[in-house]
Amino acid sequence: MFGIVSDLSRWAVPIVLLLVPLLAMLRGVNVYEKFVEGAEAGFGTAIKTIPFLVAMLVAISIFRASGALDMMTAVLAPVLSLVGFPAEVLPHAIMRPLSGGASLGIATDIIKTYGPDSFIGRLVSTMQGSSDTTFYVLTLYFGSVGISRYRYSIISGLCADFTTLIASVYIAHKLFGPA
Amino acid sequence: MVNYIWMAMMVIGVLVAAINGHVEVVTKAALEGAQVAVKTSLDLIAIITFWLGIMKLAEAAGLVQALARLVQPITRFLFPSVPKDHPAMGAIVMNLSANILGLGNAATPMGLIAMQELQKLNRGNSKEATDAMCTFLALNTSCITLIPTTIIGIRLIYGSADPTEIVGTTIFATTMGMTAAICMDRLLRYLYYRRR
Repeated sequence: MFGIVSDLSRWAVPIVLLLVPLLAMLRGVNVYEKFVEGAEAGFGTAIKTIPFLVAMLVAISIFRASGALDMMTAVLAPVLSLVGFPAEVLPHAIMRPLSGGASLGIATDIIKTYGPDSFIGRLVSTMQGSSDTTFYVLTLYFGSVGISRYRYSIISGLCADFTTLIASVYIAHKLFGPA
Repeated sequence: MVNYIWMAMMVIGVLVAAINGHVEVVTKAALEGAQVAVKTSLDLIAIITFWLGIMKLAEAAGLVQALARLVQPITRFLFPSVPKDHPAMGAIVMNLSANILGLGNAATPMGLIAMQELQKLNRGNSKEATDAMCTFLALNTSCITLIPTTIIGIRLIYGSADPTEIVGTTIFATTMGMTAAICMDRLLRYLYYRRR
Protein backbone atom coordinates (compact mmCIF):
# COMPACT_ATOMS: atom_id res chain seq x y z
CA MET A 1 0.00 0.00 0.00
CA PHE A 2 2.70 2.51 1.04
CA GLY A 3 4.82 1.43 -1.88
CA ILE A 4 2.05 2.04 -4.38
CA VAL A 5 1.15 5.41 -2.93
CA SER A 6 4.71 6.66 -2.76
CA ASP A 7 5.32 5.49 -6.34
CA LEU A 8 2.19 7.34 -7.37
CA SER A 9 3.45 10.48 -5.61
CA ARG A 10 6.78 10.20 -7.38
CA TRP A 11 5.26 9.67 -10.83
CA ALA A 12 2.25 11.98 -10.67
CA VAL A 13 3.93 15.23 -11.74
CA PRO A 14 6.19 13.75 -14.45
CA ILE A 15 3.19 11.95 -15.97
CA VAL A 16 1.15 15.16 -16.00
CA LEU A 17 4.06 16.97 -17.66
CA LEU A 18 4.29 14.22 -20.27
CA LEU A 19 0.59 13.85 -21.07
CA VAL A 20 -0.63 17.44 -20.96
CA PRO A 21 1.59 18.94 -23.70
CA LEU A 22 1.25 15.79 -25.81
CA LEU A 23 -2.56 15.72 -25.71
CA ALA A 24 -2.76 19.49 -26.22
CA MET A 25 -0.54 19.17 -29.30
CA LEU A 26 -2.75 16.37 -30.67
CA ARG A 27 -5.73 18.68 -30.26
CA GLY A 28 -3.99 21.25 -32.44
CA VAL A 29 -3.08 23.66 -29.64
CA ASN A 30 -0.03 25.90 -30.04
CA VAL A 31 1.43 24.50 -26.84
CA TYR A 32 4.24 26.98 -26.20
CA GLU A 33 2.04 29.97 -26.89
CA LYS A 34 -0.76 28.60 -24.71
CA PHE A 35 1.58 27.84 -21.82
CA VAL A 36 2.93 31.40 -21.80
CA GLU A 37 -0.59 32.79 -22.06
CA GLY A 38 -1.62 30.92 -18.91
CA ALA A 39 1.61 31.55 -17.02
CA GLU A 40 1.28 35.30 -17.52
CA ALA A 41 -1.11 35.61 -14.59
CA GLY A 42 1.29 33.88 -12.15
CA PHE A 43 3.16 36.96 -11.01
CA GLY A 44 0.01 38.98 -10.34
CA THR A 45 -1.64 36.14 -8.43
CA ALA A 46 1.35 35.66 -6.13
CA ILE A 47 1.86 39.40 -5.52
CA LYS A 48 -1.82 39.89 -4.74
CA THR A 49 -1.52 37.65 -1.68
CA ILE A 50 1.17 39.85 -0.02
CA PRO A 51 -1.05 42.30 1.95
CA PHE A 52 -3.29 39.50 3.21
CA LEU A 53 -0.39 37.29 4.29
CA VAL A 54 1.43 40.22 5.92
CA ALA A 55 -1.66 41.11 7.95
CA MET A 56 -2.21 37.55 9.15
CA LEU A 57 1.39 36.50 9.72
CA VAL A 58 2.25 39.71 11.63
CA ALA A 59 -0.64 39.09 14.04
CA ILE A 60 0.33 35.42 14.50
CA SER A 61 3.98 36.34 14.97
CA ILE A 62 3.20 38.94 17.68
CA PHE A 63 0.81 36.53 19.42
CA ARG A 64 3.48 33.84 19.43
CA ALA A 65 6.41 35.99 20.54
CA SER A 66 4.49 37.68 23.36
CA GLY A 67 4.21 34.53 25.45
CA ALA A 68 0.42 34.44 25.15
CA LEU A 69 0.66 30.84 23.96
CA ASP A 70 2.52 29.79 27.11
CA MET A 71 -0.17 31.44 29.23
CA MET A 72 -2.91 29.62 27.34
CA THR A 73 -1.08 26.32 27.81
CA ALA A 74 -0.62 26.93 31.53
CA VAL A 75 -4.33 27.61 32.00
CA LEU A 76 -5.67 24.81 29.80
CA ALA A 77 -3.26 21.95 30.55
CA PRO A 78 -4.59 20.91 34.00
CA VAL A 79 -8.17 20.91 32.72
CA LEU A 80 -7.36 18.86 29.63
CA SER A 81 -5.22 16.28 31.38
CA LEU A 82 -8.38 15.28 33.26
CA VAL A 83 -9.85 13.91 30.02
CA GLY A 84 -6.70 12.07 29.00
CA PHE A 85 -5.22 14.80 26.86
CA PRO A 86 -1.48 14.99 27.49
CA ALA A 87 -0.37 18.54 28.36
CA GLU A 88 2.90 18.07 26.46
CA VAL A 89 1.20 18.28 23.06
CA LEU A 90 -1.04 21.26 23.88
CA PRO A 91 1.32 23.93 22.46
CA HIS A 92 1.31 21.96 19.21
CA ALA A 93 -2.48 21.71 19.15
CA ILE A 94 -2.86 25.47 19.61
CA MET A 95 -0.15 26.35 17.08
CA ARG A 96 -1.18 23.89 14.35
CA PRO A 97 -3.90 25.99 12.64
CA LEU A 98 -1.86 29.21 13.01
CA SER A 99 1.61 28.41 11.72
CA GLY A 100 2.88 25.42 9.75
CA GLY A 101 6.54 26.17 10.46
CA ALA A 102 6.07 26.73 14.18
CA SER A 103 3.92 23.65 14.70
CA LEU A 104 6.39 21.49 12.80
CA GLY A 105 9.13 22.92 15.04
CA ILE A 106 7.14 22.02 18.17
CA ALA A 107 6.42 18.51 16.83
CA THR A 108 10.09 17.97 16.03
CA ASP A 109 11.07 19.12 19.50
CA ILE A 110 8.55 16.77 21.15
CA ILE A 111 9.73 13.82 19.03
CA LYS A 112 13.33 14.63 19.91
CA THR A 113 12.56 14.92 23.64
CA TYR A 114 10.21 11.96 24.13
CA GLY A 115 11.34 9.73 21.25
CA PRO A 116 9.39 9.02 18.05
CA ASP A 117 8.05 5.70 19.32
CA SER A 118 6.76 6.98 22.67
CA PHE A 119 3.03 7.56 23.12
CA ILE A 120 3.52 11.34 23.04
CA GLY A 121 5.76 11.08 19.98
CA ARG A 122 3.28 8.98 18.06
CA LEU A 123 0.40 11.23 19.07
CA VAL A 124 2.10 14.42 17.96
CA SER A 125 3.13 12.75 14.67
CA THR A 126 -0.51 11.88 14.03
CA MET A 127 -1.60 15.42 14.92
CA GLN A 128 0.99 17.00 12.63
CA GLY A 129 0.19 14.69 9.71
CA SER A 130 -3.58 14.87 9.88
CA SER A 131 -4.25 18.60 9.83
CA ASP A 132 -3.31 21.67 7.88
CA THR A 133 -2.43 25.27 8.67
CA THR A 134 -6.01 26.52 8.43
CA PHE A 135 -5.29 30.24 8.90
CA TYR A 136 -2.52 30.28 6.34
CA VAL A 137 -4.58 28.41 3.73
CA LEU A 138 -7.62 30.66 4.19
CA THR A 139 -5.52 33.83 4.06
CA LEU A 140 -3.60 32.71 0.99
CA TYR A 141 -6.53 31.33 -1.00
CA PHE A 142 -8.96 34.16 -0.25
CA GLY A 143 -6.17 36.73 -0.62
CA SER A 144 -5.29 35.55 -4.13
CA VAL A 145 -8.77 36.63 -5.34
CA GLY A 146 -9.01 39.72 -3.12
CA ILE A 147 -11.60 38.40 -0.69
CA SER A 148 -11.53 39.82 2.84
CA ARG A 149 -14.91 38.61 4.14
CA TYR A 150 -14.53 34.93 4.99
CA ARG A 151 -18.09 34.45 6.32
CA TYR A 152 -18.16 31.21 8.36
CA SER A 153 -15.02 29.66 6.80
CA ILE A 154 -12.84 30.09 9.88
CA ILE A 155 -15.41 28.43 12.13
CA SER A 156 -15.83 25.36 9.91
CA GLY A 157 -12.04 25.14 9.49
CA LEU A 158 -11.42 25.29 13.22
CA CYS A 159 -14.21 22.80 13.95
CA ALA A 160 -12.52 20.39 11.56
CA ASP A 161 -9.16 20.97 13.25
CA PHE A 162 -10.71 20.37 16.66
CA THR A 163 -12.36 17.15 15.46
CA THR A 164 -9.06 15.99 13.98
CA LEU A 165 -7.37 16.69 17.30
CA ILE A 166 -9.90 14.69 19.29
CA ALA A 167 -9.77 11.85 16.74
CA SER A 168 -5.94 11.83 16.96
CA VAL A 169 -6.00 11.54 20.76
CA TYR A 170 -8.68 8.85 20.60
CA ILE A 171 -6.98 6.67 18.00
CA ALA A 172 -3.55 7.09 19.62
CA HIS A 173 -4.97 5.92 22.96
CA LYS A 174 -6.71 3.04 21.22
CA LEU A 175 -3.74 1.80 19.16
CA PHE A 176 -0.64 2.93 20.98
CA GLY A 177 -1.96 2.85 24.55
CA PRO A 178 -1.35 5.63 27.05
CA ALA A 179 2.22 6.11 28.16
CA MET B 1 -15.17 36.82 12.38
CA VAL B 2 -11.71 37.25 10.91
CA ASN B 3 -11.78 40.86 12.15
CA TYR B 4 -12.21 39.76 15.76
CA ILE B 5 -9.61 37.01 15.58
CA TRP B 6 -7.09 39.32 13.99
CA MET B 7 -7.70 42.07 16.51
CA ALA B 8 -7.60 39.60 19.41
CA MET B 9 -4.20 38.23 18.36
CA MET B 10 -2.74 41.75 18.02
CA VAL B 11 -4.21 43.17 21.25
CA ILE B 12 -3.59 40.09 23.41
CA GLY B 13 -0.10 39.77 21.95
CA VAL B 14 0.89 43.36 22.80
CA LEU B 15 -0.74 43.27 26.25
CA VAL B 16 0.81 39.94 27.25
CA ALA B 17 4.23 41.08 26.06
CA ALA B 18 3.86 44.26 28.14
CA ILE B 19 2.74 42.33 31.24
CA ASN B 20 5.66 39.93 30.83
CA GLY B 21 7.98 42.93 30.76
CA HIS B 22 9.37 42.41 27.28
CA VAL B 23 7.25 44.69 25.14
CA GLU B 24 10.16 45.16 22.70
CA VAL B 25 9.61 41.68 21.21
CA VAL B 26 6.41 42.99 19.60
CA THR B 27 8.27 45.25 17.17
CA LYS B 28 10.69 42.52 16.21
CA ALA B 29 7.93 39.92 15.82
CA ALA B 30 5.85 42.25 13.63
CA LEU B 31 8.77 42.81 11.27
CA GLU B 32 9.65 39.14 11.15
CA GLY B 33 6.05 38.18 10.43
CA ALA B 34 5.88 40.67 7.56
CA GLN B 35 9.13 39.37 6.13
CA VAL B 36 8.02 35.76 6.24
CA ALA B 37 4.77 36.76 4.51
CA VAL B 38 6.49 38.59 1.65
CA LYS B 39 9.04 35.80 1.23
CA THR B 40 6.24 33.21 1.06
CA SER B 41 4.44 35.19 -1.63
CA LEU B 42 7.63 35.69 -3.64
CA ASP B 43 8.43 31.98 -3.42
CA LEU B 44 4.97 31.29 -4.79
CA ILE B 45 5.63 33.27 -7.97
CA ALA B 46 7.70 30.50 -9.53
CA ILE B 47 5.42 27.53 -8.86
CA ILE B 48 2.22 29.44 -9.56
CA THR B 49 3.54 30.72 -12.90
CA PHE B 50 4.66 27.24 -13.88
CA TRP B 51 1.43 25.47 -12.91
CA LEU B 52 -0.80 28.17 -14.40
CA GLY B 53 0.91 27.50 -17.73
CA ILE B 54 0.42 23.75 -17.44
CA MET B 55 -3.20 24.19 -16.36
CA LYS B 56 -3.91 26.41 -19.37
CA LEU B 57 -2.56 23.64 -21.60
CA ALA B 58 -4.60 21.01 -19.77
CA GLU B 59 -7.68 23.15 -20.25
CA ALA B 60 -6.99 23.62 -23.95
CA ALA B 61 -6.49 19.88 -24.32
CA GLY B 62 -9.90 19.30 -22.71
CA LEU B 63 -8.34 17.39 -19.80
CA VAL B 64 -9.64 19.63 -17.02
CA GLN B 65 -13.19 19.37 -18.30
CA ALA B 66 -12.89 15.60 -18.71
CA LEU B 67 -11.70 15.31 -15.12
CA ALA B 68 -14.56 17.50 -13.93
CA ARG B 69 -17.06 15.25 -15.71
CA LEU B 70 -15.49 12.13 -14.21
CA VAL B 71 -16.09 13.18 -10.62
CA GLN B 72 -19.40 14.89 -11.29
CA PRO B 73 -21.54 12.67 -9.01
CA ILE B 74 -19.52 13.78 -5.97
CA THR B 75 -18.95 17.38 -6.91
CA ARG B 76 -22.57 18.01 -7.77
CA PHE B 77 -23.44 17.10 -4.19
CA LEU B 78 -20.63 19.17 -2.69
CA PHE B 79 -20.83 22.19 -5.01
CA PRO B 80 -24.44 22.58 -6.16
CA SER B 81 -23.83 26.23 -7.13
CA VAL B 82 -21.09 25.43 -9.68
CA PRO B 83 -22.27 24.49 -13.19
CA LYS B 84 -21.21 21.00 -14.25
CA ASP B 85 -18.20 20.85 -16.61
CA HIS B 86 -17.05 24.22 -15.26
CA PRO B 87 -13.22 24.51 -15.19
CA ALA B 88 -13.46 25.31 -11.45
CA MET B 89 -14.41 21.66 -10.87
CA GLY B 90 -11.34 20.40 -12.72
CA ALA B 91 -9.07 22.67 -10.70
CA ILE B 92 -10.73 21.68 -7.41
CA VAL B 93 -10.27 17.99 -8.20
CA MET B 94 -6.63 18.50 -9.19
CA ASN B 95 -5.98 20.47 -6.00
CA LEU B 96 -7.50 17.78 -3.79
CA SER B 97 -5.69 14.98 -5.65
CA ALA B 98 -2.36 16.78 -5.25
CA ASN B 99 -3.14 17.21 -1.54
CA ILE B 100 -3.94 13.52 -1.15
CA LEU B 101 -0.70 12.55 -2.86
CA GLY B 102 1.23 15.00 -0.67
CA LEU B 103 2.35 17.19 -3.59
CA GLY B 104 2.19 20.50 -1.72
CA ASN B 105 4.06 22.35 -4.47
CA ALA B 106 1.46 21.50 -7.06
CA ALA B 107 -1.55 21.65 -4.74
CA THR B 108 -1.29 25.35 -3.89
CA PRO B 109 -1.29 26.69 -7.48
CA MET B 110 -4.17 24.36 -8.42
CA GLY B 111 -6.08 25.64 -5.40
CA LEU B 112 -5.47 29.26 -6.36
CA ILE B 113 -6.65 28.53 -9.90
CA ALA B 114 -9.78 26.93 -8.45
CA MET B 115 -10.36 30.08 -6.38
CA GLN B 116 -10.01 32.27 -9.49
CA GLU B 117 -12.54 30.14 -11.34
CA LEU B 118 -14.91 30.26 -8.36
CA GLN B 119 -14.47 34.03 -8.17
CA LYS B 120 -15.62 34.28 -11.80
CA LEU B 121 -18.88 32.67 -10.65
CA ASN B 122 -19.23 35.15 -7.77
CA ARG B 123 -22.41 37.10 -8.49
CA GLY B 124 -22.49 38.95 -5.16
CA ASN B 125 -19.95 41.17 -3.45
CA SER B 126 -16.51 40.44 -4.96
CA LYS B 127 -14.88 40.90 -1.52
CA GLU B 128 -17.11 38.26 0.08
CA ALA B 129 -16.63 34.48 -0.04
CA THR B 130 -19.22 32.44 -1.94
CA ASP B 131 -20.83 29.19 -0.73
CA ALA B 132 -18.67 27.12 -3.07
CA MET B 133 -15.48 28.83 -1.85
CA CYS B 134 -16.35 28.09 1.77
CA THR B 135 -16.99 24.43 0.91
CA PHE B 136 -13.79 24.19 -1.11
CA LEU B 137 -11.66 25.62 1.71
CA ALA B 138 -13.36 23.44 4.32
CA LEU B 139 -12.36 20.44 2.18
CA ASN B 140 -8.92 21.77 1.41
CA THR B 141 -7.85 22.56 5.00
CA SER B 142 -9.01 19.16 6.23
CA CYS B 143 -8.00 17.15 3.20
CA ILE B 144 -6.65 13.64 3.57
CA THR B 145 -2.96 13.13 2.90
CA LEU B 146 -2.17 9.48 2.30
CA ILE B 147 1.48 9.78 3.24
CA PRO B 148 2.54 12.64 5.54
CA THR B 149 6.10 12.68 4.22
CA THR B 150 7.50 15.51 6.36
CA ILE B 151 6.64 13.99 9.72
CA ILE B 152 7.71 10.51 8.57
CA GLY B 153 11.06 12.04 7.66
CA ILE B 154 11.43 13.57 11.12
CA ARG B 155 10.49 10.28 12.81
CA LEU B 156 13.15 8.58 10.71
CA ILE B 157 15.80 11.13 11.70
CA TYR B 158 15.13 10.57 15.41
CA GLY B 159 15.48 6.81 15.10
CA SER B 160 11.92 5.50 14.97
CA ALA B 161 11.70 1.71 14.67
CA ASP B 162 8.72 2.13 12.34
CA PRO B 163 8.41 5.68 10.96
CA THR B 164 5.30 4.92 8.89
CA GLU B 165 3.27 3.37 11.72
CA ILE B 166 1.42 6.70 12.14
CA VAL B 167 0.01 6.57 8.60
CA GLY B 168 -3.07 4.64 9.67
CA THR B 169 -3.83 6.85 12.65
CA THR B 170 -3.30 9.95 10.51
CA ILE B 171 -5.76 8.76 7.87
CA PHE B 172 -8.30 7.97 10.59
CA ALA B 173 -7.97 11.40 12.23
CA THR B 174 -8.00 13.34 8.97
CA THR B 175 -11.07 11.44 7.70
CA MET B 176 -12.92 12.42 10.88
CA GLY B 177 -11.83 16.02 10.41
CA MET B 178 -12.92 16.07 6.78
CA THR B 179 -16.33 14.66 7.66
CA ALA B 180 -16.72 17.29 10.36
CA ALA B 181 -15.65 20.00 7.88
CA ILE B 182 -18.29 19.00 5.33
CA CYS B 183 -21.04 18.77 7.97
CA MET B 184 -20.09 22.09 9.60
CA ASP B 185 -19.95 23.79 6.20
CA ARG B 186 -23.49 22.65 5.42
CA LEU B 187 -24.80 23.54 8.86
CA LEU B 188 -23.19 26.98 8.97
CA ARG B 189 -24.38 27.77 5.46
CA TYR B 190 -27.93 26.90 6.48
CA LEU B 191 -27.69 29.06 9.61
CA TYR B 192 -26.10 31.89 7.63
CA TYR B 193 -29.01 32.13 5.19
CA ARG B 194 -31.63 31.67 7.88
CA ARG B 195 -30.28 34.57 9.88
CA ARG B 196 -30.55 36.96 6.93
